[in-house]
Amino acid sequence: MRLKLVPEETNWDFFKYARFTLGASVVAVILSLVAWLAIGLNFGIDFQGGTTVRTEASAPVDVAAYRDAMEPLGLGDVVISEVFDPSFAADQHVAMVRIAAQEGQEGLSAENLSAVQDALNAVAPGIKFTSVESVGPKVSGELIQTAVIAVAASLAAILFYIWLRFEWQFSVGAVAALFHDVVLTIGIFSVLQIQFDLATIAAILTIIGYSINDTVVIFDRLRENLIKYKKRDLREVMNISVNETLSRTVMTSGTTLVALLALLILGGDVIRGFVFAIFWGVIVGTYSSVFVAKNVVLFLGVKRDWSKPDKTEGNQFANIDA
Amino acid sequence: MLQIPLWKRLFIWALVAVGLALALPNLFYARVEQANDARAAIETLGATPERNAAAENWPSWLPSGLVNLGLDLRGGAHLLAEVQVADVYEQRMDGFWPDLRDALRDARDEVGPIRRADQGGPELKVRLSDAAALPRAMEVARSLARPVASLSGAGATDIEVAGEETADGAMLTVRLSEAERAATDDRTVRQSLEIIRRRIDEVGTREPTIQRQGQDRILIQVPGIGSAEELKSLIGTTAQLTFHPVAGRTTDAAASAGPGEVIYPSIDEPDTFYVLERTPVVSGENLVDSQPSFDQNGRPAVTFRFNPTGARAFGDYTAENIGSPFAIVLDEEVISAPVIQDHIPGGSGIITGNFTIEESTELAVLLRAGALPAELTFLEERTVGPELGQDSIDAGRIACLVAFVAVLALMWASYGLFGLFANIALLINVGLIFGLLSMIGATLTLPGIAGIVLTIGMAVDANVLVFERIREEMKTAKGPSRAISLGYERALSAIVDANITTFIIAGILFMLGSGPVRGFAVTLGIGIITSVFTAIFVTRLIIVTWFDRARPKKIEV
Repeated sequence: MRLKLVPEETNWDFFKYARFTLGASVVAVILSLVAWLAIGLNFGIDFQGGTTVRTEASAPVDVAAYRDAMEPLGLGDVVISEVFDPSFAADQHVAMVRIAAQEGQEGLSAENLSAVQDALNAVAPGIKFTSVESVGPKVSGELIQTAVIAVAASLAAILFYIWLRFEWQFSVGAVAALFHDVVLTIGIFSVLQIQFDLATIAAILTIIGYSINDTVVIFDRLRENLIKYKKRDLREVMNISVNETLSRTVMTSGTTLVALLALLILGGDVIRGFVFAIFWGVIVGTYSSVFVAKNVVLFLGVKRDWSKPDKTEGNQFANIDA
Repeated sequence: MLQIPLWKRLFIWALVAVGLALALPNLFYARVEQANDARAAIETLGATPERNAAAENWPSWLPSGLVNLGLDLRGGAHLLAEVQVADVYEQRMDGFWPDLRDALRDARDEVGPIRRADQGGPELKVRLSDAAALPRAMEVARSLARPVASLSGAGATDIEVAGEETADGAMLTVRLSEAERAATDDRTVRQSLEIIRRRIDEVGTREPTIQRQGQDRILIQVPGIGSAEELKSLIGTTAQLTFHPVAGRTTDAAASAGPGEVIYPSIDEPDTFYVLERTPVVSGENLVDSQPSFDQNGRPAVTFRFNPTGARAFGDYTAENIGSPFAIVLDEEVISAPVIQDHIPGGSGIITGNFTIEESTELAVLLRAGALPAELTFLEERTVGPELGQDSIDAGRIACLVAFVAVLALMWASYGLFGLFANIALLINVGLIFGLLSMIGATLTLPGIAGIVLTIGMAVDANVLVFERIREEMKTAKGPSRAISLGYERALSAIVDANITTFIIAGILFMLGSGPVRGFAVTLGIGIITSVFTAIFVTRLIIVTWFDRARPKKIEV
């Protein structure tokens, strides 16, 4: 008995609810942009500068006490949050202390750092500082720039490659789908206020990579079917293509999501944000390959005659009687 | 049509075998690491019974390359330092002032009285009481300019001279030219890099990364060090350069030094020790500059220059001790012990010896490397404790195993026998990833582990594409052999296109990312290569081999 995630033969009409699915995508994109602008991203120190100290103590974390201890140091904005993870031992209590960038300093000075450590040690004796990271405002500014360049360069490179291998309509469709994935990921990070740092950018690029992979497989089949079914309606050929590749789409997303789920639950809290972004992106990316990319291509139309080159090309006056 | 020539089969299996052999040491990480360390120690410090025993823990004919663990897994400190290159401009201008002053004084008749008017800083300002003397003063200043020793600045000189008339006379301004600044910046950063490397190598931690980044930045990553603070103080310590009179030379490390004497080993001659007077004649604080050069016979040599205090002490000493050796000592190691040929007045001298050009350049760097030439500002500091790193490794390992088992089960349940074939390929795939990572000496980071897990999920994709295609081809009933062969043929374009796009992304990540992100890009990129290789070649070879043996009438995919 074989496991079949998708029935052997499917003949679903993926355009039946096109108005609804595309509408939902547009609404989701708009909501994400609104969330991004209204709530804003919870930037990590990579992009904002500042210092994070990870503490580990055997006594439970008392956030209020930690805050009171740090208050007299006058370090400005201090955020303390407790970290939970299934992989922690019973007497392992972890917290993240985040200190805003100090005026006129690139990093947290040694005196400030030891003052923080002494203060916390007074509240929670035997506390350990398992990681201390400090990023200056100068670097964080550059990191933002690099991140934006990375995402833009990825989209441009894909636009170009798909245009090279397919037609320009396909590359616009693919990039529209990718844009959709990126914006939705930023949206969920705004809504859930998950820390947005350099790793998140890496995750977004991975999402772009995964989503384009999915889209290209469908496009590849579409190209093949467009030659095979010359007489059929574009919409119909698209449906055939998606149905034919559906079981692969679901299977690959399935294995990837299963692997990621293991990492999300068991991989520890340090990379949870990163893994969550990819996990979310795989779901959104699979959806967009099926429901967004090809709709854009349908909207733009495709040259149907692939077999022979257009004879009048470059000879626009050929039809004119002299 | 399901024929694969023998040489091709052998070649594929050979590649797999090599890849897996390269991955093998990672299974015995601690043992191989100890053996490697011991071999390195034998190489540099000589053999001891313990080292030999440790080295034999891992046979030398086996590959011994390991995947390096990144800071986030091993624990350690990371610093991004910016070299304040402008500091050096000020020193240069201060150094230039005596020359300029003397030249202007020599031309006193035409220039008139002068006075230095700046308070330090990158520009040297000289006030002239007579505005009419400005052109002549500028001429004198320009005559002191030297050509810039760089390729880009050909024809340029090292200083720029400007002048303006003021209410009560004129102001002469001298600053470093654009070309000289670029050359100086470059030299300053390289010098800082060299000093930092020396400081860290002395502590002997494993695999430190010390890299120049961009124009004026240095990235320093040291695994296993307690904290970024510790690393900073380590870098900040100045090197102790001293010049001592030599009392004798010995090959016995245990020789006892007389009163007021010390024994230091030679830096490059093994088993040679120098007996030196404890009190140095001159110390490194008095050294101003040192450059590689050539002696009158055209052999590589190193020049050096002292400040006035050092120059006086050195001049007196050399005048009294012509013919006897003196030792140049850096951090209690004798760099060289040349014989004093002549009285050396004026505080500059030349060190000759059996140098190659590289050695003389290096020695000049070492001599200058007494103290950092410019201040460092730390833009980024990260410390990861070893416990956190170990927790991450443990969590990552469990997650990998669970992900692996889940994917294997899913593939088997969906594709039966063919799923098992794909699973064998997947196992080989993970082995190959580690093999390649070890071969190129890549660094595995926490996001890198995520990259491997992601690859496990995505690696089956190429197989899925093929299997789905074979299923489709079977519907048109051309017989199993034809279906398999067509399935591979027709799935190829999708596999190639899909993986090239992902590979482009990995490339962009690698170019723009740093540290952990770069580690992720590397595992993702390598994962793509190995998964395409295993899907197209290995799985196919397994299927074809099975098909040849079993000759099934019907296949079920």
